[in-house]
Amino acid sequence: MPWLESVAFAILLPAGVRHDPDNRAGLANLTCEMVQRGCGNRNSRQFVDDLENLGVDRSASVSNAHTSFGGAMPADRLSKALQIYADLIQRPLLPNDQLEDSRQVCLHEIRAVDDDPAQKAMQELRNRHYGEPYGKPTQGTFTSVENISIGDVQSHVNATYQPAGAILSVAGKFQWDELRQQVEHLFGDWEARPTKPVPEKAGAGSYFHIAHESSQTHIAIAYPSVPYSDPQYYQARGAVGVLSDGMSSRLFDEVREKRGLCYTVHAHCHSFRDRGSVICYSGTTTERAQETLDVVLGELTRLAEGIRPEELNRLKARIKSALIMQQESSAARSGSIAADWYYLERVQTLEEIGRIIDDLSCHSINAYLAEHPPANFTIVTLGEKQLEIPLGISSANAR
Amino acid sequence: MEFRQQTLDNGLEVVAECNPQAYSTAVAFFVKTGARDENPEIAGVSHFLEHMVFKGTTTRTAEDVNRTLDEIGSHSNAFTSEEQTVFFATVLPEYQDQAVELLGDIMRPALREHDFETEKQVILEEIAKYDDQPPFGANEKCMASHFPQHSLGQSVLGTCESVDALNADQMRGYFEERYSPQNMALVAAGNVDFDQLVKQANQSCGRWTPFPTQRATPRAQSHSGLEIVQHSAAHQEYVVQIANGPAAEDSNRYAGRLLATILGDDSGSRLFWELVDTGLAEYASVAAYEFQGTGIFMTFLCCAPGDTLRNLERVREIELQLESSGVRVEELLQAQNKISSHLILQSERSTNRMFSVGNHWIQRHEYRTVRDIINAYQEVTCDHITKLIQEYPLHASTTVVVGPHAELAQS
Repeated sequence: MPWLESVAFAILLPAGVRHDPDNRAGLANLTCEMVQRGCGNRNSRQFVDDLENLGVDRSASVSNAHTSFGGAMPADRLSKALQIYADLIQRPLLPNDQLEDSRQVCLHEIRAVDDDPAQKAMQELRNRHYGEPYGKPTQGTFTSVENISIGDVQSHVNATYQPAGAILSVAGKFQWDELRQQVEHLFGDWEARPTKPVPEKAGAGSYFHIAHESSQTHIAIAYPSVPYSDPQYYQARGAVGVLSDGMSSRLFDEVREKRGLCYTVHAHCHSFRDRGSVICYSGTTTERAQETLDVVLGELTRLAEGIRPEELNRLKARIKSALIMQQESSAARSGSIAADWYYLERVQTLEEIGRIIDDLSCHSINAYLAEHPPANFTIVTLGEKQLEIPLGISSANAR
Repeated sequence: MEFRQQTLDNGLEVVAECNPQAYSTAVAFFVKTGARDENPEIAGVSHFLEHMVFKGTTTRTAEDVNRTLDEIGSHSNAFTSEEQTVFFATVLPEYQDQAVELLGDIMRPALREHDFETEKQVILEEIAKYDDQPPFGANEKCMASHFPQHSLGQSVLGTCESVDALNADQMRGYFEERYSPQNMALVAAGNVDFDQLVKQANQSCGRWTPFPTQRATPRAQSHSGLEIVQHSAAHQEYVVQIANGPAAEDSNRYAGRLLATILGDDSGSRLFWELVDTGLAEYASVAAYEFQGTGIFMTFLCCAPGDTLRNLERVREIELQLESSGVRVEELLQAQNKISSHLILQSERSTNRMFSVGNHWIQRHEYRTVRDIINAYQEVTCDHITKLIQEYPLHASTTVVVGPHAELAQS
C-alpha cells in the first residue's frame, strides 16, 4: 500500500484461551499481560517507552485460538518495532516479581465483565452455544486466576508461543525483500513444538435467563451458520447483511425505527475455523423486552422466506465501499490478511472479494437460506424478568 | 492537498480539505448547537433532534432517508455533544453529490408528531442503556457538579423525565432558534470535488433563511468537592474528577493535551505506571477537553471497592508532584512522539480529517493541516507545561464516585 505513510503488523500466536486448563482458566490472558512486562534486554518500562517513542500504536488481545499482538506506525519504524516484538515472542522475561500485579490486572477484567451486562449476556451465550473449548470466556474466574503460578505462565509460553500455527502479517508502506530478510533473521531459529489436541464438549443450548438488577433486559441469540472458510460463507454473510447492515436493514427498521423498542439491535456472522454462527444482540427496557424478543425472533425466522433484490443491491453498495475504504488503513488490512491466512490459508485480494460480492444474487442467497433456515436458537437473557420463548424455537426444543 | 472555503449568500460556510489521492469522500454538517444551548426545561432536545433529523423531510419519509444512505453505500451517523451536533456520511467519491443532497435535505426535517413519539421511546432506551453501563453516569454527574449554574453542566441525553415531558412544538421552537445557516458549516475532506460541492450546497441549502443565533460562554466558576452515588449492582467503583483547563480558543491547549498524555495516557503515563501496571486500578487515565470559554481535565479511575480512597490519594500525590516539579524532557518527548504518530495514522482516513477540519473550523474558524498540528505540539516546552500547571492546578477538582456502597470504605 505505497500510497500510505504508515505500516501495520499483526502477529497471531496459537496461544488462545482454548488451551486453558479448567482450574487455570484465564492463563492465556494472564500470560499475555506478563509477556508485555519486559523482553530481551528491555525491562517493562523500557519496552513501553521504546515502542511509544517509535510511535507504535499497540494492541494485544486473546481470542479462542490466538494471542495476538499488533502495531501501526509511521512507515520507517517497522524494522525497529519488529525487533522488539521478536524479543517479546521468543524471549519474554516473565518477571516473577510482577506476577501479582499482572494477576490484579486480570482480576479487574473479571469485575469489569460483571459490571457490563451486555458483555456478560454475550459471554454466557457463546458458552452455552459453542460449549468447550469454543465458548470459553477469556478472563477465567477469581479462583482459577488465583491458582495460576509463574510456572504455569512459563509452560504456557513454552508450549504455545511457537511458530507452528503462528502468523505474521504486514500491510502498508514497506519493502517486501527487506521485510522477508529481517523476518528470517529474527524468527529463523524459532523452534516449533507439537500442538496438543483440546477435548470438546457440546454447549447446553436452549434458553437461559440470568437474573440481574438493571434498567434494560439484554437479549443474546445465536444460531448455527457456516464458517468463513465455507464456500457458501458469502451467501450466509449476504443474508445477515440484509438483517443487520445499515439503517435500512430489517432488524434496525422493524425493531428500532418502526416500533421504537430499543436503541441497539444487531446481528453478525461469527466464525471459527470449522464452525460458525450468527450472533444477535438487543438491549431493551424490562417491560418491552418480550415484544423485542418476539419481533427479533420473527425477523430471524422470516429470513428463511428469502430476501429481495433491492435489499441485496443496497448491501452490495455498502460492502463494496467498505472494501475500498479498507485501503485507507494499514491496520485494518493487516488484521484482515492475517485472519484470511488463518481461516483460508491464503489471502483474498480486495478485487477477489469484490467479484464474489458482485456474483451474489437473490437466487443464490435464497437457495442457501432454503437449505439453512435460521433455527435451533440458543437464547440468553439478562435482566429483571425471564421471558417467554415460543415453542419449537430454541435449540433444546427443536432437538 | 488543498484547503478551499466559500460562504453561500445565506451565510452557510462550505469548507473542505481536498485530496485527489483519497479513496473516499467524507461530508458533514456541523451545527453549533448542543446541550449547553438548552434550558433545563428542554434538557436533551439537541440530542433528540439529532435523531429526528433522520426521520425525514416534507418530501422524504424516514424509510426513504435510511434507504438512500444505504443505497449510496455510505457509512453515516450523527452525534451530539455539549457544543455541537454533527451529521456525517463517508462515501466513494462518485456518490458525493447524492450524499450532500441527502444530508442537506434532512437538515430541514419535517418533525412529524408520530415519528416524534416513536423516537422518544428510542431515546428513553438509549438513556436506559447508559444507566446499565459503566461508569453508570459518573461523567455526567461530575460535569453537573463541576459546572453548577453553568450550561456546560447540562447532560447531553437529558433525563427520562425531561425527555418524556418534551413535545414536538418545543423541539420546533429550538430548531428555529439554532439551525440557522449562519450557525452551521458544511465540511468535507478526502477526494472532494469542491466546485461541485458548492454547487450542490447552493441547490440543497441556498434557500434556507438566515437568522441570528447566540450562545453565552461565561467562564465557569471553579468548584471542588466530593460526591458519592450509590449503584448497588456495581462490582467496582468508578471515579470521575474534573479540574479546569485551557479553553478551545487558548493556544495553551496543545500543552494541555500533552500534560494529559504525560499524566494519564492509557499506557506509559505516570498514572499508568503507578496505578494500572501495578494492578491497583483497572484504569486510571486523564483526558483534556476544550469548550468555548472554558476547558477541563477529566480523570477516570476504576478500581475494586475499598481501594478508591487510597488510589485517590495516590492520584493526588502524583498531581502535587507535577505541580511542584513539572515534567521531564524525556516524558515530554515521548508524549510528543506518541501524539504525532497517532495524528499521522488517524489522518489516513478521510472521515478523521473531516472531523479535524470541522472541529477547527467550528471552534476557531481556522484551518490546520496535520503538519501544522504536529508542529504546534512539538513547539511546546517543559516551561510551557509548568506555567500551565500553575494556571490550572489539577488538584483543585470536583470528584464523583459511583459504586456499590453509599460511603467510601477503606479496605
